[in-house]
Amino acid sequence: MTGALRLAWLFFRVGALNELQYRVNFVMQLFHSALALATGLVVLALVFSHTTELRGWSHGELLAVLGVHILMGGAIRVAIQPNMNRLMEEIRDGTLDYALTKPEDAQLLVSLREVRTWQGVELVTGAVVLGYALTRVGGEAGPLDAAAFALLLLVGAAMIYSFWLVLATGAFWLVRMDQAAELFEGVYQTGRWPVGVYPPLLRVWLTFLVPIAFAVTVPAEAATGRLEWTTVVLALAFGAALFAFARWFFRQGLKRYSGASA
Amino acid sequence: MSAQAGALRSLVDFYATGMRTAVQSQFQYRVANYFWMVGMLAEPVIYLVVWTTVARAQGGELNGITAGQFAAYYIVWTLVRNMNIVFTPYGWEWRIRDGQLSGLLLRPLHPLHYDLAYFAGWKVVVIVLWLPVAGILALAFRPELSPNVAQVAAFALAIWGAYLIRSMFLWLLGMLSFWTTRVSAVFEVFFVGELLLSGRLVPMQLMPEWVQGLAGFTPFYWTFGFPIEALVADLDGRTLVEGLLLQALWTLIGLGLVLVAWRYAVRRYSAVGN
Repeated sequence: MTGALRLAWLFFRVGALNELQYRVNFVMQLFHSALALATGLVVLALVFSHTTELRGWSHGELLAVLGVHILMGGAIRVAIQPNMNRLMEEIRDGTLDYALTKPEDAQLLVSLREVRTWQGVELVTGAVVLGYALTRVGGEAGPLDAAAFALLLLVGAAMIYSFWLVLATGAFWLVRMDQAAELFEGVYQTGRWPVGVYPPLLRVWLTFLVPIAFAVTVPAEAATGRLEWTTVVLALAFGAALFAFARWFFRQGLKRYSGASA
Repeated sequence: MSAQAGALRSLVDFYATGMRTAVQSQFQYRVANYFWMVGMLAEPVIYLVVWTTVARAQGGELNGITAGQFAAYYIVWTLVRNMNIVFTPYGWEWRIRDGQLSGLLLRPLHPLHYDLAYFAGWKVVVIVLWLPVAGILALAFRPELSPNVAQVAAFALAIWGAYLIRSMFLWLLGMLSFWTTRVSAVFEVFFVGELLLSGRLVPMQLMPEWVQGLAGFTPFYWTFGFPIEALVADLDGRTLVEGLLLQALWTLIGLGLVLVAWRYAVRRYSAVGN
């Protein structure tokens, strides 16, 4: 475990040093985040100019959902998506050999190599929006809720990671998965709204097929103090199962991998 | 006179061939085209679900729009959106940096013709592939749709009007790449403006009055809201004809701007690779 953390820190430092060379990109990222946030706020304001609540969620509470959505989106773009894109690319090109021949655990290594520091702006934006939303909602949330929120956020991120790993592992069989990232981006936008607003079938898909409900709605429920403990148990159990499946599936994929030279 | 007629005939011939080529090449990539379409469906489905929820909470309708009419709006939206996809302004950076443009400049016709013909052909494929998608969406969301013949005819024209207007303005936007390489910020502002002012996010009648007024000064409404409403809203014949004429006007304005900008842009181009 400490080995994994040390490795993550090392890759983070290298990634940060690399991106620090391109400072204009930071300004561009700031602009991009500000524009995306403004659009999100305008859409919320528009919806709530026609209604006072959406399936039991108030304007402030939906702001909290938006905050968690931005935060989780930031985590995905900082650490998850870049690694998975590189994994798919290397499987296709046959250059995954370079990772596999290293002494570390292959899954650990392919999941840590890329870090996009500038995208971290989204982490800050999301946290600020969430913080502001919570002051508007008026907190009944105690320290227990805060702990549950932090835990569920981590579990949610782990689920999105596992989902992405399964998707990327698909490249061992299907080779071309170029559209996967765009497809995921599209589907991830559904998380901007609590999963409860969607029709039943879509709700099931967005919970168990693509775990966006667990990644965004559930932590937002914890933050706004509307969480039920059965949801926590379900999230933990499903998260563990998904992670185990992703790990097993990745190993199956590796068995099929024959490299560029073979 | 006959020389002009000959030039026109060869241009028509050129478009027919360009479209046929696009149809044949794009039909090979049916699966990729479908992947793309499905990824795009998330956006209208989100809007549809949110606004239907609001309408139901308000007792069945919102500003006179029922849940079924929202469904019709956003299902027709998916076709209009597909018709709206033209050569992306982000593509210009690649055309310039890679020297792709040099090849286009060597040909006898204005490069605009090549893009217009190619994407028009692609649209034919898109419409065919869209039909089953629309069927599934209709089963899932039960739209209320009962257009008359005039509306269907106006819609059939309006989607091509939307295609032409958006082609012109995205070309214009893309040409900024001749002057600077940091254009993505400008593109993003443009697309946010389009999202809010076109009817892409929500039927324009749900927007505050001043936003609707502002939208009247932009071409955006004519590329999303108008073609959709031509089919799903209860527009009378006069409004439909006026709308089509305004689409033609915006196409001409866009064309004029493109032709002027192109003259200056192409002077700034220095080919790569020779």
